[in-house]
Amino acid sequence: MAELICKDLALGYENQVLVQGLNFEVNKGNYLCIVGENGTGKSTLMRTLLHLQKPMSGTVELGDGLTATEIGYLPQQTLVQRDFPASVREVVLSGCQARMGRRPFYSREEKKLAADNMARMGVSDLAGRCYRELSGGQQQRVLLARALCATERMLLLDEPVAGLDPKVTSEMYRLISKLNEEGISIIMISHDIAAAVHYASHILHIGTEIFFGTTEAYRKSPIGRRYLYDEEEKA
Amino acid sequence: MIAQIAEYMAYPFVRYAVIVGVLIALCSSLLGVTLVLKRFSFIGDGLSHVAFGAMAVSTVLNLTDDMLLVLPITVICAVLLLWTGQNTRIRGDAAIAMISVGALAIGYLLMNIFSTSTNLSGDVCSTLFGSTSMLTLRLSEVWLCIILSIIVVAAFIFFYHKIFAVTFDENFARAVGTRVNTYNLIIAVIIAVIIVLAMNLVGSLLVSALIIFPALSAMRLYRSFLSVTICSAILSVICTLAGMLLSILYGTPVGATIVAVDILAFLIFTAIGKAAGRE
Repeated sequence: MAELICKDLALGYENQVLVQGLNFEVNKGNYLCIVGENGTGKSTLMRTLLHLQKPMSGTVELGDGLTATEIGYLPQQTLVQRDFPASVREVVLSGCQARMGRRPFYSREEKKLAADNMARMGVSDLAGRCYRELSGGQQQRVLLARALCATERMLLLDEPVAGLDPKVTSEMYRLISKLNEEGISIIMISHDIAAAVHYASHILHIGTEIFFGTTEAYRKSPIGRRYLYDEEEKA
Repeated sequence: MIAQIAEYMAYPFVRYAVIVGVLIALCSSLLGVTLVLKRFSFIGDGLSHVAFGAMAVSTVLNLTDDMLLVLPITVICAVLLLWTGQNTRIRGDAAIAMISVGALAIGYLLMNIFSTSTNLSGDVCSTLFGSTSMLTLRLSEVWLCIILSIIVVAAFIFFYHKIFAVTFDENFARAVGTRVNTYNLIIAVIIAVIIVLAMNLVGSLLVSALIIFPALSAMRLYRSFLSVTICSAILSVICTLAGMLLSILYGTPVGATIVAVDILAFLIFTAIGKAAGRE
């Protein structure tokens, strides 16, 4: 059974429909990229998948024993974080907040989990540093480590490479692929269509036309060819 | 000078004032970081004006224990402000401005129309800028202050990690199932209690300074949430003690003196931060 199934989803604000008729599913180990122009509802879809927002109609179902709080999330940076005095260790540890439940303090296992995930993302030596003084790539690694504390099954990434330079960007993509190979399902919003078809197993294209299928099918579809061709033209 | 201080300390009312002052300073500094970073600074300010309005009402009603009225009204307003900030069409900051200035005006109006006091402007001034009432605390008020302070500190410690999570990244917290609204509510209620407590010390206009300055100073030097919180608590207590002693020695207004010391500390911390190359 699929981990996440969206049936006939319609998204929007108040009475304005951004996108409708979304049908797709994510199976264990899939790497889904959500692409499409700005304002087509990619971020709204992400918020809906995280249960931060209700769909206008349709359903988001979780299967295969996945619960809503087992989805790790890598959000875009917020304004608050730019001057927040927080050490890397504090940020990563906050990924364990769901495990903590009503307990007021983190347990030894949770602290170990945070340390393990910092090591996994290669940020252990930054543990005592201040989050806001790190480079963009380091900050993303820290937030990935935090997301990993929340999940071992599914990661939702909202434009994880926005604002990163090319070298750091490809490192970031490799890191995400590595996590995917370890069995974590990935759902990623991306503007970078070239990288999306390179790394992803499935593509969801939203806009006036909607496409969902494997990356191979997307390359051959009319919408995919048009979109990929456009990108090459621009490049 | 030390002999003079020792002499003052012999009076129970001075000791009460010092105990209450230290407790208030401790409590008010704890949530400063959260308030500054969540852009809630104005909520603190707005609530203190609401507390002023409530104080005016209780003066008019001639209540012997005005805390019983002021505390619930301020807590309710804190809850309302937080809700309006999130859900309605009037933006958060506009709602705060409306409520705070409204409460200020109505409070002053009520005091003017109904007050039987012969020294009206004196009453108003002491509510706004803090008063000598610190030196006329009754034992029951000291106990109330001690109990509320213990509750505030305990709540802060108990919810410390949640407060961090909710302040640092609300969306992430929501996504992993933390009940963000509940914790925002708890933060607002704690802030309301702190403001009502601190009004006795520095008056309603200066309350925000007591909350904001230690946190801002600590943020110049320290780089983790825990160290900033601890530093601002210690700094706040030291500044308040120094301010109270100075005001007793030189007969200056308590609230304004404490805030002046806070400002001085902020300037010193900023200078050290610059010198250490952290800015």
